[in-house]
Amino acid sequence: MNEFRARGVEIAAISIDSNQESRTLCASQGYTFPFLSDPKAEVIRRYGVLHPHAGEDGGDIARPAEFLVDAAGTIRWENLTKNIRVRARPEAVLKALDDLLPPRASLEIKLASRALDF
Amino acid sequence: MKRSWNGLIWAGFAVILLAAFSFLWLIRFPATRDFPWVNLLLFAAGALLLAAGLRRAFRQPERYRGKVSGTILGLLSVAIFGLFYYGTFVLAADIPSASGAPRTGTQAPDFTLPDAAGRPVALSDLLKKDRAVLLIFYRGYW
Repeated sequence: MNEFRARGVEIAAISIDSNQESRTLCASQGYTFPFLSDPKAEVIRRYGVLHPHAGEDGGDIARPAEFLVDAAGTIRWENLTKNIRVRARPEAVLKALDDLLPPRASLEIKLASRALDF
Repeated sequence: MKRSWNGLIWAGFAVILLAAFSFLWLIRFPATRDFPWVNLLLFAAGALLLAAGLRRAFRQPERYRGKVSGTILGLLSVAIFGLFYYGTFVLAADIPSASGAPRTGTQAPDFTLPDAAGRPVALSDLLKKDRAVLLIFYRGYW
């Protein structure tokens, strides 16, 4: 979690759960990133990750999926698992991140050294 | 001659139960969750014990008990393994392919959704604040 923040990357979790359910979840697990409620699965549908009639009450829910979106709004990496048991591991996401976006620290060193040259 | 208790059969069945129920705990760790190798090894060990117990129950019925109990526990074990396999390999993989999902290099659809406190949060707002956003879609009901 902190490693994501250190890279300037926010996490946003999306499900059909209500605000109340998300609050309970965040409180019990200590999550500090936003949990967004999409009870009608509209955004879930827009991202093509709908799992129809798979909910406890037969409603539509999301299949597990992860997308990395850069500041320009472009998708840079995605993980669409084939088995709900198998999820993206944080290490794998961090590695993809470091490959795509240079760590902020090295950027700052570059800027600092440029400033010194000046 | 009194026939002795066939402990191998019961030990085997106990290991089979452990194999099935330990997944409830092992599911917390990615290394034992992505592929349930510990559980499959336990199932194999339980099956070997059961097989050895059944073998001596049928080969040396004058010395060992367990023809009936061994057969029942053996069938139960097969059923438990079947349910475990169905749950972890068949049911868990029964999800839509997400062929319509946006792919790398395409624009992420913008959206606004309420957060846990009910405040609306837009993807574009998050992107203004941070260098990137990791969107995690999950099934819910936690």
